Amino acid sequence: MHIMEGFLPASHALGWTAVSAPFVIAGALRIRTIIRDTPEARMTLAASGAFAFVLSALKIPSVTGSCSHPTGTGLGAIVFGPSVMALMGVIVLLFQALLLAHGGLTTLGANTFSMAVVGPWVAWGVWKLAGRLGLSFAVSVFLAAALGDLATYVTTSVQLALAYPDPASGIAGAALKFGSIFAVTQVPLAIAEGLLTVVVIEALSGKTRDKDRIALLAGGEK
Amino acid sequence: MMSKRSYWMLLGVVLIVLIPLIRGGEFGGADGQAADLVEAREGFAPIFEPIWEPPSGEIESLFFSLQAALGALIVGYAIGRARGRRQALDEAARRPSA
Repeated sequence: MHIMEGFLPASHALGWTAVSAPFVIAGALRIRTIIRDTPEARMTLAASGAFAFVLSALKIPSVTGSCSHPTGTGLGAIVFGPSVMALMGVIVLLFQALLLAHGGLTTLGANTFSMAVVGPWVAWGVWKLAGRLGLSFAVSVFLAAALGDLATYVTTSVQLALAYPDPASGIAGAALKFGSIFAVTQVPLAIAEGLLTVVVIEALSGKTRDKDRIALLAGGEK
Repeated sequence: MMSKRSYWMLLGVVLIVLIPLIRGGEFGGADGQAADLVEAREGFAPIFEPIWEPPSGEIESLFFSLQAALGALIVGYAIGRARGRRQALDEAARRPSA
């Protein structure tokens, strides 16, 4: 999902930065509120960011014969709501842009939008919807994390297509072309991320009833 | 300890990683493939170059491992701390109040 340094035209780079910035600021404010009002949640908050740090460092082989990495932003979005992950995501992306030449500063806004805004919001939306549909805890967490991961890569494909529409088939054609590179590769990885997210939430919340897990992690009473 | 379903899910993750490896492939990065597609366009030039690039694959893997290690350290610490806290609470609840 990393769009490489310099690979978006200046107007797109600025545009995505402007779109992402408010989400990052809102995320920072939300994190400050959580730390102030629910100190019990600090450890989970740190773990949410750290989970994204680990998962986005793991390049995993896929059935398409290429490699990609999960994003790990679903966990924090499920526990704390989507906004906190915007700031966490930027930290991960900055680390990779500065030390790994992976992604970049000019593409930070676009990459933040896909990984730290769309992914977490989709994960959170799916989590809420799954709860309303009465799906079990594990299935809901799995679907939320997996679809959030996938949505990030679909977003990257659309971002690249908007910047580089296909001369013959236009933006839609280009989105399909980039999507065939990203989204198809990502399907098994999204499944892996879904499974891992359930495992880590279980490990963090320990022996407790499924319906109490998220409230416990978010700093609610036992 | 971990629930039974956690073990099954971890086994699933291992299979998801192993099956493509056994089937074989080049396993280049998807990010790079998308970049190749962009670079193949006539007249494309990046508007900016990375400020710093890892000088070799070894240094790159150093920072990737560092990233994973730092993250895993914190996740592991959080899991251990939560477990210790629950045990302490349980023990305190079991102890007859003096």
